Amino acid sequence: MINLNVGRSNRDEPASDEAVRDVVLSSNDLSFWYGDTLALEGIRLEMREREVTAIIGPSGCGKSTYLRLFNRMNELIPHTRVEGQVFFRDTDINHAGVDPVELRRRIGMVFQKPNPFPKSIYDNVAYGPRVNGFRGDLDGLVEQSLRRAALWREVCDDLSKSGLALSGGQQQRLCIARALAVEPEVILMDEPCSALDPIATTRIEDLIAELRDEYTIVIVTHNMQQAARVSDKTAFFMVNDNGAGILVELGVTEQIFTNPSDERTEAYITGRFG
Amino acid sequence: MARTEYTQQLQQIQDDLLLLGSRVEKAIVRSVNALKERDLDASQAVIDEDDGIDDFQVELEEKCVDLIALQAPMASDLRRLITVIQVASELERVGDYAEGIAKISLRMGNAPLLKPLIDIPRMAELGATMLRESLGTLTDPNMKVANHVAETDDIVDSLYEKIFRELFSYMTEDPDNIQRATYLIWIAHLLERIADRSTNIAERAIYLQTGKMQHFQ
Repeated sequence: MINLNVGRSNRDEPASDEAVRDVVLSSNDLSFWYGDTLALEGIRLEMREREVTAIIGPSGCGKSTYLRLFNRMNELIPHTRVEGQVFFRDTDINHAGVDPVELRRRIGMVFQKPNPFPKSIYDNVAYGPRVNGFRGDLDGLVEQSLRRAALWREVCDDLSKSGLALSGGQQQRLCIARALAVEPEVILMDEPCSALDPIATTRIEDLIAELRDEYTIVIVTHNMQQAARVSDKTAFFMVNDNGAGILVELGVTEQIFTNPSDERTEAYITGRFG
Repeated sequence: MARTEYTQQLQQIQDDLLLLGSRVEKAIVRSVNALKERDLDASQAVIDEDDGIDDFQVELEEKCVDLIALQAPMASDLRRLITVIQVASELERVGDYAEGIAKISLRMGNAPLLKPLIDIPRMAELGATMLRESLGTLTDPNMKVANHVAETDDIVDSLYEKIFRELFSYMTEDPDNIQRATYLIWIAHLLERIADRSTNIAERAIYLQTGKMQHFQ
């Protein structure tokens, strides 16, 4: 079994600038197929520790597909194929020795639509640690996870209530608490606010701002304003002439939204294509 | 081209800015012509016109704010709108300077000029040209022209120093000249500020094109 614990030693030290921020997720000449259809072509990208990286681009450019490659969710879909390399720190995650279950514990995911289990709030959060054989203070872990997800104050009076009884925004924060309970290093967010109203969206965005101090976050979003608000870096994907998703530009978010280097990025973010 | 209406609105805002610039340029020329010709009615007309310039600047700024709020412009569109807001503000100030020249002209009343005006009209001419050129670089980016604006500003500064020295000597020669010389120094100072504001506009034009602020020395 490949050890995924490489490089965690400096997580508690503040990262003062990019020079000391480790690359946590990266891909190298990555291409991906659904059957015979090339969905991603030659993606080379690095995402650094305790940074929020937003992935934007028009529908069908492979943003979500790319995101799901980092916790091997795509391999659950039949007839898919990967070429190139996907790294979690120094580990090629598609290596035969990597345990996808352990990988998914370290790289959590929040989906477009909140998907709490039909269980109590407590059991939703405790599920992951229990499955992983957690033997510590489970009550404390549940509380800590709910606090980190900025949900504790709203639910602490009745943790036995069904997760499905919460509002959409609360359900999404419950899913984030569930992801945090297994102590991941990375949180992948696939359009986490697209099913939420503006108030609930603001709560999630505030939460992302708090979580960025402790976690590496990658967020796929259709909402460019959201990408501009929450991220440190922004990657712009689009479809090339082969119909495959490519990375056009990665840059500091301020630069991408005020003065992008590539004219295709400029055309997309000014709304003139896509 | 997607977002047709939005693109038209952006274009309209840019056209309005150039129109504002044209009105302000006319105000500079008219204020100094009225001063030179001692035409007090023409000076009053420059003062009256300034309210229209102020209103137009406010309307233009409101259009920009509306477009930012409703269309969430990004990248070069955002830079363009920010530039329009900044440049419109510079133009409004230049309009105020022209109004200031006209007010001084009225204050001078029917008293004869201390001396024939040569360098002051020259400063006004250079200032108006700088304004026209700097506004031109907003729509037709040209670093050469932007640099030329900055170079002309040095000439205007030299003229101002020359006028100041000359009028100062008039004042020391005869204290009766003090009031009329002071009026002309004020006017020269306003024209020097017009040139500075035009240089600011050229700097904004460079920002619009490159996304980077560059200050001319």
